[in-house]
Amino acid sequence: MRFLLVEDTDDLAAAVASRLAMDGHGVDRAATLKEAREFLDSAPYDLILLDISLPDGDGRDFLARERAARRDTPVIMMTASASVGDRVSTLDQGADDYITKPFEFAELQARCRAVLRRHQGVADSRQHFAGFIFDALAANVTVNGEVRELRARELRLLEILLSRPGQTYSKPHLIDRLFSFDEEVSDNAIEVYVGRLRRKLDGSGARLETLRGVGYRLIPE
Amino acid sequence: MRPGQARPAGFSLRRRLVWQFVALSLLLVVALFFAVRFAAERASRASQDAVLGAAVISIGDGIRAVDEGLQLDLPYATFSMLGAMGDERIFYSLMIGERLVTGYQALPQPQQVPGDLSPVFYSDDYKGSRLRLAAITRRVLLENRMQEITVVLGQTRYGQAAIARDTARGALWIGVMFLAFAVPLALWATQVVVRPVDRLAEAVTRRGPHDLRPVRHPAPRELLPLVGALNGFIARLRGALKLAETFIFEAAHRIRTPLSLVRTEAEMALAETTDEAVRVRLRRMVRAIGESSRSATQILDHAMVLYRSDQFSAANMDLATLARSVLRAVDPLAELRDIQIEADGLHHACMIDGDERMIEVALRNMLDNALKYSNAEGAIRVALTRDGGMARLSVTDQGRGLPAGDTDLTAQFQRGDNVGDIVGSGLGLTIVAEVAMAHGGRFQLLPGKEKGACAVLYLPLS
Repeated sequence: MRFLLVEDTDDLAAAVASRLAMDGHGVDRAATLKEAREFLDSAPYDLILLDISLPDGDGRDFLARERAARRDTPVIMMTASASVGDRVSTLDQGADDYITKPFEFAELQARCRAVLRRHQGVADSRQHFAGFIFDALAANVTVNGEVRELRARELRLLEILLSRPGQTYSKPHLIDRLFSFDEEVSDNAIEVYVGRLRRKLDGSGARLETLRGVGYRLIPE
Repeated sequence: MRPGQARPAGFSLRRRLVWQFVALSLLLVVALFFAVRFAAERASRASQDAVLGAAVISIGDGIRAVDEGLQLDLPYATFSMLGAMGDERIFYSLMIGERLVTGYQALPQPQQVPGDLSPVFYSDDYKGSRLRLAAITRRVLLENRMQEITVVLGQTRYGQAAIARDTARGALWIGVMFLAFAVPLALWATQVVVRPVDRLAEAVTRRGPHDLRPVRHPAPRELLPLVGALNGFIARLRGALKLAETFIFEAAHRIRTPLSLVRTEAEMALAETTDEAVRVRLRRMVRAIGESSRSATQILDHAMVLYRSDQFSAANMDLATLARSVLRAVDPLAELRDIQIEADGLHHACMIDGDERMIEVALRNMLDNALKYSNAEGAIRVALTRDGGMARLSVTDQGRGLPAGDTDLTAQFQRGDNVGDIVGSGLGLTIVAEVAMAHGGRFQLLPGKEKGACAVLYLPLS
């Protein structure tokens, strides 16, 4: 998916962009509203991540102008202020959602997914691999014409494994990305989700392989 | 000023003015009474003295030395003149030196020796009555030598005193009548003086909580310094508020943006590391950042709720719509842990009179709390019903439920003793309880049917 990230703090923008790239998304970075305007004029985007305070103006005013011009690319505001007033006003101005800094990356992903799901049809979220089709927004896999629903953690696990097929992911790595940092989970918790995902992918021509003591990977049979 | 609040202690300008006016009037009335009495007494005494003087002179003129001794011709015309003064008694004495020749025994004698021509007047007590006396001397050749004869004539002053008393009493009555008019007049006059102050105070009191415009209410010239000072104060307050707002926004931005960077970098480092010890450290770091961010949000929310309850202003709003939008915002967080949020009764409008921002914060905290204590793949049920005159919004989770014992979880910074492993500030439910209280509703935390807890917010329907 193609993101436009409008954020003037260079380090943060770089970190968020590379984190998004890690999940296989394309990201363009704009440090000012002017740059953002130029990017939007030159290419279509699936989603805009917009900071509120930018050197050449307020992100909310930019958003209001976008909406007034009937440009409805989904927008998630990134706000440093957690006050309810700002939360309410950003939504009133046509933002699809907002996220308060500092955010957990998983929350940003979840919000992006929810926003894109509401804007269905904007992006083709389907991905083919081996003998199945994975639809991240609809949260399902289609195996031999049979649609199988995925729960959120199964979906995220599949997303991670599919972002670089064939790469081995360790248990701790998967735990960090599947579970909230606020919960304490044992390393074995991941096995439950691996087991479930295996059953959902049954007969798809893809194999979720356990490499004992190393981790997991998704490979075609 | 909110109703029920006591007026601050202080003196009343109006009462003070009235008292001063009344006290001054009273003093004037008393002074008038004494002045009139004094003048009346003096006038009556002067007229009595004139008659007494004429009488004593004519008695003195009636004394003649003859061969056999003295001869006194009492001038009866003079006595009838004295009788005309009213129902008075008359005393006289005639003495040669220290010897009484005729008249009353021991009639008070003058202190100073009277002259030949003009009589001496004085007052004294005699036989239980106050007398006005006149005395005159005559030198007569008697027994071959010049001898001094003193004639004293005294008259009681019953009638005269009564006249003076009546005059003074009349003056007193006039004074009392004046007072009777003066008190209401003073009340009215001071009210006219004080009314602009009351109007000004009312104009300032009637203002909304966020109205920080300068006071433009017309005020008398004497109040202009006060209005000026008030406007100066308002301007400073506005400046301070603006500064505080800018400061909070700036501070939040400047702290949260780098924290954001730290968190994202830590998460990336976590994704790249293979060292277990480093991983544990990074996880701790990420948790601490999450915790500080959540606490900051709750403290700001709490401050907002306190401020808005103090300046409470309710508007007609739909609780169901608000609840739906809060659910929509919370849903992605629930999805992260595969928690289902089921909503019930949110598709019928449920109108209440409330402060939308406060209620948003309350609902968000109720849901945050339910999410925090729910197990992965659990369910949270949000139900909106009507219960008597109240809207009843309940959030039921299937988590670990409430601690044994009767800990008040809505008390500030109070947390259950069964949640040591989950981060939290203990402020969330306090916020909800405060919002409920400000709206005249209530907040309850009940144990769930089998497990979990049920948080119930009651708000009065409009």
